[in-house]
Amino acid sequence: MSFIELRHVSKRFGRLVVLDNLSLSIEAGRCIVVIGASGTGKSVLLKHIVGLLRPDKGEVWYDGRRIDNLPERALMDVRTDFGFLFQMGALFDSMNVDENVAFPVVQHSNKSADEVLEIARQKLALVGLRETGKKMPAELSGGQKKRVALARAIALDPKVILYDEPTTGLDPIRSDVINELILKLQRELKVTSIVVTHDMQSAFKVGDRIVMLHQGKIVFDGTPEQIKASTEPIVRHFVMGEASEQELAPLRETSV
Amino acid sequence: MPLSFVEQVGRGTQDTIAAFGDFCVFCGKAFRWLFTGWFRMKNIRLLLPQLYEVGVKSVPVVGVVGAFIGMVMAVETYAQFKALGQENRLGSVIALSVVKQIGPVMAAVMLAGRVGGALTAELGTMNVTEQLDALRVMGTDPISYLVVPRFLACIFLTPMLTIYSDLLGIVGGWFIAVKTFGIANATFWEYSRRGVEHWQINEGIIKSFFFGGAIGLIACYKGFTSGAGAAGVGRACTESFVESFIAIIILNFFFAHLAQDWYTTLYGTRSLF
Repeated sequence: MSFIELRHVSKRFGRLVVLDNLSLSIEAGRCIVVIGASGTGKSVLLKHIVGLLRPDKGEVWYDGRRIDNLPERALMDVRTDFGFLFQMGALFDSMNVDENVAFPVVQHSNKSADEVLEIARQKLALVGLRETGKKMPAELSGGQKKRVALARAIALDPKVILYDEPTTGLDPIRSDVINELILKLQRELKVTSIVVTHDMQSAFKVGDRIVMLHQGKIVFDGTPEQIKASTEPIVRHFVMGEASEQELAPLRETSV
Repeated sequence: MPLSFVEQVGRGTQDTIAAFGDFCVFCGKAFRWLFTGWFRMKNIRLLLPQLYEVGVKSVPVVGVVGAFIGMVMAVETYAQFKALGQENRLGSVIALSVVKQIGPVMAAVMLAGRVGGALTAELGTMNVTEQLDALRVMGTDPISYLVVPRFLACIFLTPMLTIYSDLLGIVGGWFIAVKTFGIANATFWEYSRRGVEHWQINEGIIKSFFFGGAIGLIACYKGFTSGAGAAGVGRACTESFVESFIAIIILNFFFAHLAQDWYTTLYGTRSLF
């Protein structure tokens, strides 16, 4: 059985169908990248895996256990196996960096304050930010916020790390730092990684499997080499970054 | 396609009922956390900063409002009482009005504006920046971590601020009645004492407990369900105050009715004159 599995999952918001009878199996220890145009359900898929959203139809399975129908309190225990890097970091404004990273440890253990601080510093050191502990989130750059958020995501030594557009809003150099961090954590922590992105450079660098979503369905599932060689128009246009004639037609009809 | 009037009314009614149901579910979750092992040291530490934010920081505004309400009451009622030759009874009217109605309601309305708005803004900002989702993903329920301490702070401190507002309202009325209009000091306090019984004081404090609960739950709910962006959070803050205010007024009516009926049943009708 797969480590994480979505079986015939459908989700709609009002009249908008975001996921349409989608099935996806994820093996343990792999780094799977989910790509697709904006609004194709990538983040929604990610949130189903960790139970932040529940499917209208279908099932979500984790480590041999169905989780989409668990009560919220039972789901809280399951979620400690997951680390989630939100797109904008989602750091707590009222806490400094040390307190942010230490938060899950404080909530889920009875360790002393010194032990908790030491764990936070270790995680910050892993992401190269050991000396920023006393800073508030507002004092950090965009790249630093993501790295602190990543340190928080791995505070409980999770089995699965979910990344929601980890390089969005970062310059190419900072983006590469995040890519290297993803690979480093994959190697050192032996986790299962699921990365949602529309940054193809990042996808090719970190993923050993790429899944593409289009209109709520999976239109490609294979290796980076396979997706580069794909002749399917929808896949090719996205990978190459080429807008279709249909998408460009409104621009050609009007002039400044 | 434009909606017909009936369809709009139907949809609006449906949405309002659905929202009320959602709010009741939210309150149910908060109470379930409250009564199933919330009171541990780890959680009590969350309560202390909220007691400061809700209580200590509200003291100046509640005090000023309470004092001036008492003063205005004295100014507005003195002339009419003097026309009847009953100006010495001003103490009864001011004390009874402040303790039964004006003190609890004005303290609650001030808290709905100051505390309610701040809670909604804080939690709404956390909502739109995915901090609430971050809590959930880290295995921490946001209702237990954020809502319960704020709710407890509101229900513990609204009665205390009400007592404070009552005191300053009566003192404000005393100041105008005695120092400005020349009513004898002893006369003012004697009629104040006669006008207010324990029943009225307890009535004001008990209903302020419910006012505080309504403010805490509505403000937190509005924050949790705020729309996207600054506009969404701003709209939630406005709705938080308006709905808290309406809840206070409606609760006040029912408590007034209930208290009056019980009092009449137990002690008969009571006159100040």
